[in-house]
Amino acid sequence: MTHIHIKNLHVAYGSHTVIEGLDLEIPDGGIVAILGPSGCGKTTLLKSLNRLLDLHEDVTVRGSVLIDGEDIYAPGSDLLALRKKVGFVAQRPFPLPMSIHDNVAFGARLHELPTVADRAATSGTVERHLRRAGLWEEVKHRLDAPAKGLSIGQQQRLSLARALAVEPEVILADEPTSALDPLSVRIVEAQFRALRQDYTVLLVTHILRQARRLADYVIFLYDGHLVEHGPAETFFNAPVDPRTQAYLHGEIS
Amino acid sequence: MSRTRRCRMDRLARWAMGGALGILGIAFAGLLLSVVMRGLPHLRPSMLLADGQGGGIAHALVGSLCLGAGASVLALLLALPAAVALQRAYAPPRIAEAAALVLDLLWGTPSIVYGAFAFLLMVWMGVRTSLLAGILTLALVMVPVMTRAMTEAFRSLPPELWEQATALGATRGEITLKVALRQALPGLVTAFLLAFGRGIGDAASILFTAGYTDRLPGSLMDPVASLPLEVFYQLATPDPTVQSRAHAAALLLLILVLGVTLISRALARRASRHRL
Ligand SMILES: Nc1ncnc2c1ncn2[C@@H]1O[C@H](COP(=O)(O)OP(=O)(O)OP(=O)(O)O)[C@@H](O)[C@H]1O
Ligand SMILES: [Mg+2]
Repeated sequence: MTHIHIKNLHVAYGSHTVIEGLDLEIPDGGIVAILGPSGCGKTTLLKSLNRLLDLHEDVTVRGSVLIDGEDIYAPGSDLLALRKKVGFVAQRPFPLPMSIHDNVAFGARLHELPTVADRAATSGTVERHLRRAGLWEEVKHRLDAPAKGLSIGQQQRLSLARALAVEPEVILADEPTSALDPLSVRIVEAQFRALRQDYTVLLVTHILRQARRLADYVIFLYDGHLVEHGPAETFFNAPVDPRTQAYLHGEIS
Repeated sequence: MSRTRRCRMDRLARWAMGGALGILGIAFAGLLLSVVMRGLPHLRPSMLLADGQGGGIAHALVGSLCLGAGASVLALLLALPAAVALQRAYAPPRIAEAAALVLDLLWGTPSIVYGAFAFLLMVWMGVRTSLLAGILTLALVMVPVMTRAMTEAFRSLPPELWEQATALGATRGEITLKVALRQALPGLVTAFLLAFGRGIGDAASILFTAGYTDRLPGSLMDPVASLPLEVFYQLATPDPTVQSRAHAAALLLLILVLGVTLISRALARRASRHRL
């Protein structure tokens, strides 16, 4: 199982420091919920773990992130392998300009996973991952339709299927149910529960109840600082920091 | 300001804007009407099928299409790679900004300057006016327009596109080829047509370089006629039958440019509707 160890991480956009001196060892396997008020740096933290921050202009990252003992910020580290290993489901879904089928197959084809050499073989993989994201029944008759035509909620599940199809070991999910109706939320949550056996899932969420339902471990960020973290039981039942207590009581959101 | 005063100001502003629009509308309608009225009676099949020696403008139409097509394809070969390289993922912001500035300057440079530059070069090399020289010069006029418009097509792609394709493990090249080009395609086609439209109506750049003839183009090395120069030369003659060719050519040119503009507009609209 993949092990993530963050050491003294600083992230700044221009001169605006967003994450400051974060030290954290993320437990292997299970669902790790990342909680915190809006703008506290949850998305930034997620994106620092697969080096997606590299895409932003004038962003500076200091410190190190060790994944299975290797610093992903070391010069010459293999970014493609990193992104294969650490999948990402974005806060705002964006379908690639191609069919639903090809969206799911996109990453798998890039990494030349043996199962996806041709269409006949891909369709099995595509079906499996669409099912896992709870989208299969809705799209099975229009796999060749452009993914743009899906609703936002469907696009969000497509994003999840697309990320799963790369067969990562860690999944970074940024509010993956924010645009879903209650039924789809239940499907996707069930999926995450199933994933916790084999994967480490880092799940950013705004919904406290979702975190209570799913999390094995909780990380609470406030204004770019790691305030409190621990097993879900302890975190929810016996929070230590006053800010955590206030957050859990809905006094800061 | 009192309430009535504000209302009056508002009404005044509306009248002023309406008036400006009205003047523009009348001027444009007048222009259009005069070109159509003069051109339409002469725009018969015989006019379109015969070359200059037969009293038609086929030579100019074919010439213009050859010049426009040749130059825009040539320009595409430079503009597309340049626009790809100026994407956020490749070019640092300062370089992209500098490039945009230079391209805007080149876009704004009157095409007679390109024509004169190419002509001086041709004199120095001892080359005659020809279709090839016209194509090369016109391509120079088109490149800034096309590159600038293509750069915009790439820049207006949502950053999520890059972000999510990158997260799936795609390299910059793979994203460009498999995702960005496809997503930007309508914008790129619009850019191509925009440059084509600008090029096909341009007279100054080909005045000294493509030359003029009343025959259909024979080879790349021969002088070639064109619609704008047909208007330019034939309108100056006192002979009304010759003048009629100029009117027909003007109308034809208008139709061509209007058609290309409308197509590129429609494509741009479709593109924005499909974008999220
Ligand atoms: N590309 C960027 N450029 C500049 N500042 C940014 C950028 N992205 C985020 N920020 C800033 O960094 C801070 C943290 O942003 P981040 O997106 O990580 O917050 P978040 O915890 O995910 O918030 P939310 O819950 O609203 O999604 C915010 O103050 C935000 O304004
Ligand atoms: Mg966020």
